[in-house]
Amino acid sequence: MNFEAVATRQGTPETGARELPPKISCRHLDFYYGKFQGLKSIDLDVAERRVTAFIGPSGCGKSTLLRTMNRMYSLYPGQRATGEIVFNGRNILDPGTDLNMLRAKIGMVFQKPTPFPMSIYDNIAFGVSLYENLSQRDMDDRVEWALTKAAMWGEARDKLKQSGMALSGGQQQRLCIARAVAVKPEMLLLDEPTSALDPISTAKIEELITELKEDYTIAIVTHNMQQAARVSDFTAYMYLGELVEFGATDTLFLKPKRKETEDYITGRFG
Amino acid sequence: MNVHTHKQFDAEMEAIRSGVLAMGGLVESQLNRAISLLERDDDEAVDQVGADEKQINQMQVNLDQMCSQIIARRQPTAIDLRFVLMITKIVNELERVGDEVKKIAYKASNIRGNDQLSRVRRYDVIRVAEEARDMLQMSLDTFARLDVSAAAEVIDRDEEIDAAFLAIMRQLISYMMEDPRTITPALEIVFIAKSIERIGDHAKNIAEAVVQVVKGIDVRHASAEQIRAEVADE
Repeated sequence: MNFEAVATRQGTPETGARELPPKISCRHLDFYYGKFQGLKSIDLDVAERRVTAFIGPSGCGKSTLLRTMNRMYSLYPGQRATGEIVFNGRNILDPGTDLNMLRAKIGMVFQKPTPFPMSIYDNIAFGVSLYENLSQRDMDDRVEWALTKAAMWGEARDKLKQSGMALSGGQQQRLCIARAVAVKPEMLLLDEPTSALDPISTAKIEELITELKEDYTIAIVTHNMQQAARVSDFTAYMYLGELVEFGATDTLFLKPKRKETEDYITGRFG
Repeated sequence: MNVHTHKQFDAEMEAIRSGVLAMGGLVESQLNRAISLLERDDDEAVDQVGADEKQINQMQVNLDQMCSQIIARRQPTAIDLRFVLMITKIVNELERVGDEVKKIAYKASNIRGNDQLSRVRRYDVIRVAEEARDMLQMSLDTFARLDVSAAAEVIDRDEEIDAAFLAIMRQLISYMMEDPRTITPALEIVFIAKSIERIGDHAKNIAEAVVQVVKGIDVRHASAEQIRAEVADE
């Protein structure tokens, strides 16, 4: 929390995400799993270089929304999205969108760490080599840079040739973040990045998220409401495929506008 | 308000709520005892006021501890967080009312049998003390029902008490100027009146804390009119 901002804001209404330049904007976004409608007319701006958290009970559509933002759903037949998701001035739902480039710009990290069965070095270099033709020396620099960004360089520098699968869960997850960062994306989508990790690893990832938002726009889905409160600048509460409330995290956890939000965050749900 | 999924959380919140009401009830009866001491001498009542104050202190410690436990275990948010924070504030205010009441009782017993100041002057002090007691009752009612409609009235009444305090000061100054023998008892009455005035302030703080929990806005430095406007848009 930015205490200075709170002090200067006293007595004025909450700051909304819409006052900051949006990195990605959803307009009238609907999403269908076959006949089932997973998202219902979502309108939402994700502010640039801020952390936006998505909370809500299981099945509310928060992961679905995240997966539309880099069109991860396109891998599955029968899933489709309508409406608009504007990223860098273009609707990424348009059929002509280059999905490989899109996913290089908008990286994703999943709930379970998914290192490739290869060395730590290659885990990072593999993705980079798909998009860029770097000399060995430049590649070495990039791997070091990415591991440093993911707060892993100190732990990994002496075992770059070891398998990524041999790392602990928390280290594997930071390796995945390094891998996502290595291709120099503009945005990171984190889908429950710490739900399989112990508290210390979780704290490291949360610290990392705060550092990464200096350079990247971050959207995070989490079941842990305290985590959303700790790491995010804006929070969106979703329920049954709808966006119920979206606002500054400071406001949403202290005085939400909607009773549904209050019931959920205070544990009066269901 | 719906119940929590964790029933034990509800039980803990109810425990601090009823704890504050019990503490408020004790402070009120302690204040009534002190007011009776302004009318007549009663050594037993003086002792009882002192004993009440000790019990009030213990209640403060217990309730603060319960609030810390809830914050540590439940990480309350939104209205729950505001409620727990408000409880710690109200508990502080009540404890300080308890201190003021003790001072009133001890000062009242100091001026017993002193007839340099007429009964009429005492009557003025008693009237303001009763006003402060009613105001305290009102703010505790506001808390018990989480109904902020009366909050602005509590704040208006605090201004009346402040005005009455100044009037008593003026009267006492003229007595002291006329007859220096009244200075000692008059000073005791000054302290009593000041304590009563402080009780009004604490009652006002309680009402403001309730507005904060119910409406989620900080009205500590707002005027009665502003509070009335905030409370009106229910």
